[in-house]
Amino acid sequence: MRAVIDGVLTGAVYALMGAGLTLVFGVMNIINIAQGILVVLAAYMTYVLNRYLHIDLFVGLVFTIPMMFLVGVAIERLFIRRLQSQGNRTGLSILVTYAVAIILEGLLTIVFSADYLHLHAWYVDRSIPILGFYLPYIYLMGFGLAVAMLAVLYVILYRTRLGMGIRASVQSRLGAELVGIDINRTSTLAFGIGTAVTAAGGMIFGATSVFNPNSGYDLISILLVIIVLGGLGSIGGALIAGVVMLVIEDVTAVLWSPIWSSTMFFAVLVVVLIAHPTGLFGKPEARAQ
Amino acid sequence: MTEGVLSEAGSSVTPDSVQRHRLPHRRPGAGFGVAAVGLAIAVAFPFVISNPAITSIGIFTLLFVCAASAWNMFSGLSGYIALGNTVFFGVGAYAIAIGAEHIHLRADDSVFLLVPVAGLVAGAFALPFGWLALRTRRHTFVVITIAFFFIFQLLAYNLGGLTKGAAGMTLPVPQWDPVTYNIHFYFAALIVAVATVLGAWLIHISRFGLELRTIKDDEDRARGLGVLTERVKMQAFVISGIFTGLAGGVYAYFVGSIYPPDVFVANFDVTIAIMTFLGGLGTISGPVLGALLLEPLQQYFTLRFSANGVYLIAYGVLFLVIIRFLPAGIVPTVTKGIRAYLRGRTERGMTVLPAAAPDQPDPLPTSRP
Repeated sequence: MRAVIDGVLTGAVYALMGAGLTLVFGVMNIINIAQGILVVLAAYMTYVLNRYLHIDLFVGLVFTIPMMFLVGVAIERLFIRRLQSQGNRTGLSILVTYAVAIILEGLLTIVFSADYLHLHAWYVDRSIPILGFYLPYIYLMGFGLAVAMLAVLYVILYRTRLGMGIRASVQSRLGAELVGIDINRTSTLAFGIGTAVTAAGGMIFGATSVFNPNSGYDLISILLVIIVLGGLGSIGGALIAGVVMLVIEDVTAVLWSPIWSSTMFFAVLVVVLIAHPTGLFGKPEARAQ
Repeated sequence: MTEGVLSEAGSSVTPDSVQRHRLPHRRPGAGFGVAAVGLAIAVAFPFVISNPAITSIGIFTLLFVCAASAWNMFSGLSGYIALGNTVFFGVGAYAIAIGAEHIHLRADDSVFLLVPVAGLVAGAFALPFGWLALRTRRHTFVVITIAFFFIFQLLAYNLGGLTKGAAGMTLPVPQWDPVTYNIHFYFAALIVAVATVLGAWLIHISRFGLELRTIKDDEDRARGLGVLTERVKMQAFVISGIFTGLAGGVYAYFVGSIYPPDVFVANFDVTIAIMTFLGGLGTISGPVLGALLLEPLQQYFTLRFSANGVYLIAYGVLFLVIIRFLPAGIVPTVTKGIRAYLRGRTERGMTVLPAAAPDQPDPLPTSRP
């Protein structure tokens, strides 16, 4: 039972990051492999703010969210833009974002070395008894943060013009362009939003586990599974998939063995894809490769 | 195909897919000549250069030639970018390790006999893998191949009874003369590489290869035209897996001891993909060229910049530069350049091109505007 709760709480955070990833896919049709390392980058940023400027982890979000947003915008404009004119966007986009990811990993390794770090605060190591379980504060706060940010995301997507533009682009890129939406700007902003959520994810991740520049790989693998399971392009799908997958993983770890929980993770993906090749809520896939 | 005409900006009225079909009849001599020379150099190489460090680089390069060509066989031709080929590499490596353990062979050339077995085992794994993965398209396909990589790496760790888990497995170490030690492996790798490139060439000029290329252009339309896409994809996937497994087998024997993260490597697929992109996706010589250029570079990077960070940055920057400036790859760009040059000279009456083969009935009815 505890495992289920843990799964839900942590799942929400992963779902948030996955939502960002799937949003970018929906708008731009690219998979941002760098999302994993961006989370790690955010964790390092929070670390620096915390350690050297003594800014609390949550307060630090005020800085990290805009910073990550700008990082995303920069990445999009520098690297992704060039892809627009090329054919074979699938392969190229993955390779380009992978290249960006390893560059970032290299930079982080140089600046911070490969030592493991962990974010600390009074609420990180303490728990609060609720309903007979001892739940770490940080899990609850992380969950709250994820929910809050998802709410903000919802507001942006459904209550603003930008959001409308984004949703239109997801439905039909060409159509959106034809009705006058500035695709380039929308794409850039969508990408920025997609990376801004990694700020929150990174902070929680850094507080709940040890990390070093190498942690990006595990993260991106989890995120990829989540967004594919939920259906590429579907934010709701990513949310559900995120929570479900984390719950399954935690439950497996408890019931069976922690060794197999990671394998189970991927096995579930495979099973779902057999039954439903486009994920739970995915768009029907395009015809040409 | 109107799509072909619209998307190939800069080409003449004839869609490139038709041009490509005519290619083997243009200048067969040049391609074979280059290949023969290359092969001669490759064979002579270990006898001329005896420094084992360099021959080691040569061995790894040849293995990557094999892996990149094998990857290109499926992903390059069909357009399904598979980033899970490391699974085949790893399965091949473990197959030969487990085989060598259970069949007590003397530690010498006879172990190489297990390499084809390793390849076939990898191919066998490609069957369920392909069955699951090929039901999906494009991005989902890519992600599921990545997922399979993680699954297999985890399985290698967890199935301790079979794979000895994180402790890894060791293979028998041959007691050869240290001076010529590498030569055995070098030629094994060379044979494997040549076999793979040969296979790639055979596929390329065959109807099978053509069917694969139609899948890349428009799969549903290909199905409508009678191409058995499911079967073709599966066959290509398995073939690609077999050859990659061969490389894995040779690698395992050469390195002597393997661990899960050694042979199920995240970087592997991206590396062979970038090699193929560099050389030219879908061509025969492309992956070869890409591997020849990039693998020594990679080895150099690892040796020189042992501080991890710099190595990664250099690698990433290299990737981006390649993608930015040579998105089509070296071979197609150069070929186009040569053709354009020759066409220019022909139009000015300076050169006479060899007559193209009499027009054959196009197996694919393309709509010419």
